[in-house]
Amino acid sequence: MTAGLDPALLSRVRELAGRFPTKRAALLPALWEVQKSSGWISPEALSAVAGALDLAPADAAAVASFYFLFARAPGGAKVIDVCDSFVCLANGGAELLDELCSRLGISAGDTTADGRFTVRRQECLAACHQAPAVQVNLEYRGPITSAEALLAELA
Amino acid sequence: MTVFEPVLLRRRGLDRSFDLDVYERSGGYRALRKALTSLSPQEVMDEVSASGLRGRGGAGFPTGRKWSFIPTDAPVKYLAVNADESEPGTFNNRVFIDADPHALLEGILLCCYAVGIGAAYIYIRGENLAGARALERAVAQARARGYVGGKILGTAFSCEVHVFRGAGAYICGEETALLESIEGRRPQPRSRPPFPAVVGLFGRPTVINNVETLACVPDIVDRGAAWFKTIGPEAAPGPKIYCLSGHVRRPGVYEQPMGTPLRELIEEHAGGIRGGRRIGFVIPGAAASTALVESELDVPMDYDSLRKVGTELGAGGIAVMDETVCIVETLERFARFFRHESCGKCVPCREGTVWQHLVLERLASGTGDTRDVEVLRDVSQQLVGRTLCALGAFAAAPQLGALRKFPEHFAAHAAGRCPLREAMTLA
Ligand SMILES: Cc1cc2nc3c(=O)[nH]c(=O)nc-3n(C[C@H](O)[C@H](O)[C@H](O)COP(=O)(O)O)c2cc1C
Ligand code: SF4
Ligand code: FES
Repeated sequence: MTAGLDPALLSRVRELAGRFPTKRAALLPALWEVQKSSGWISPEALSAVAGALDLAPADAAAVASFYFLFARAPGGAKVIDVCDSFVCLANGGAELLDELCSRLGISAGDTTADGRFTVRRQECLAACHQAPAVQVNLEYRGPITSAEALLAELA
Repeated sequence: MTVFEPVLLRRRGLDRSFDLDVYERSGGYRALRKALTSLSPQEVMDEVSASGLRGRGGAGFPTGRKWSFIPTDAPVKYLAVNADESEPGTFNNRVFIDADPHALLEGILLCCYAVGIGAAYIYIRGENLAGARALERAVAQARARGYVGGKILGTAFSCEVHVFRGAGAYICGEETALLESIEGRRPQPRSRPPFPAVVGLFGRPTVINNVETLACVPDIVDRGAAWFKTIGPEAAPGPKIYCLSGHVRRPGVYEQPMGTPLRELIEEHAGGIRGGRRIGFVIPGAAASTALVESELDVPMDYDSLRKVGTELGAGGIAVMDETVCIVETLERFARFFRHESCGKCVPCREGTVWQHLVLERLASGTGDTRDVEVLRDVSQQLVGRTLCALGAFAAAPQLGALRKFPEHFAAHAAGRCPLREAMTLA
């Protein structure tokens, strides 16, 4: 077994590598698999994926770090993304973000001490008609008008 | 209200509109069957060229011509479908992905048949997890019924369709960054030439089209180019999905002919401004377009008409802001976005987008001065025409447009006050 990935995941990565004209093209799909199974991408898992795809770990890391959605640290069980881009800003998105953070006692980008919630500031989620738009673990919610009600629903 | 029979969105209201049975019952895959059994690939391409269809991703490039650039003798070619949809204010591709994925798939298959392509990749932004699942499900259904895979409908045409998820980087919507992203490299745009039509995905000739562009194709093949041209202006025919957001009564997606007046979309379709307020400004084509004011709203919503008034259609993302919204605050969000999304490959964009945002933060919060306005102007001007991809020009356009049209707002902010606020927080 390669350190950092369990055998099932490793064989899944190898299978993905066979689906594309180059092994490297399986990098994003493989990272999504890792994130799906562990919630984030540890340096060990990243190296293991790189190894399975014949890439240098630093090479894979340089690609992975470009993307906002690949978590390089463990996050909360519920990751709440709040859009405060311009349409959502004009519909209370910034206030919603502040309210969520202050209720949870964290800043945007952080995770609560009990590991239940992460709150992130997001750019436009292509849900401007549901402003202020929110995603919870990448599932669309919105319009969200009350931080209190959202947290109660997620509790 | 002007009556227009929806074309692209005609299935949206049907129960389980995303399902293959529903799609087939409403005439779905008829165009593909017609093409595979009675039209040559060249005839399909000619029909799309004759229809005058132009790319819905923003640049408006003629679709048939784009397809014709692909060398016919290349042994391997690809289609990359751009479903990245990340520019603030845009949400029209999602309606196909969620409600009518088979229309997109049929368009993909027709493109691949016309151009002789054996594999398509749908690149969907990572945030849209439900959309990726909807596409996967549609591809599996279509495969099970012989529309995707080997020997489609018993003919010699074979085509694979893959769903590929991005992971949160707007630059991946730029066509060459999209290709880099699929290839597993850092998604930074490539320099051109060579163009993707010659050296594209995995080094092979590649067509890149937007979701909505491809979703127009089945009806063009089914009903003919002449029919398509009866909709909208001659230079940009066809139906268009406009998305309306902001302070309108009924935000959402609306299908109307290309060239529908902006005022009609806002007043009649989206129900006008809510809360008894007046319009402050309108962003007609998402974050890379110049804001329009109330007196300009009779402009027809098509590429050329909007360019004439100094702005852009983009992908048709219309955001209507009421009189309480400060243009400088909106511009600060645009600048924050482009700063965050600049890939850093060229210096004017990497540095310029940071400066744009810094001075706009100062101006928006009332801590700036007239020098900040000049820096914004200079830096934005230097972004135009000096970058590898269009992101630099996108970042510049709304700022330069607003500096021209709203000088009094900049002047007020430079003096530490917002014309719309009683008091401003001064740091
Ligand atoms: C920074 C940047 C972002 C872009 N984002 C998108 C996008 O999300 N979707 C899209 O279809 N086109 C996007 N484009 C345009 C594409 O590069 C390309 O022109 C388009 O996908 C071509 O498809 P079409 O001819 O069907 O319009 C973007 C361009 C740039 C420069
Ligand atoms: S213009 Fe900006 S986003 Fe485009 S390649 Fe240059 S640095 Fe990257
Ligand atoms: S601006 Fe918030 S979802 Fe588009």
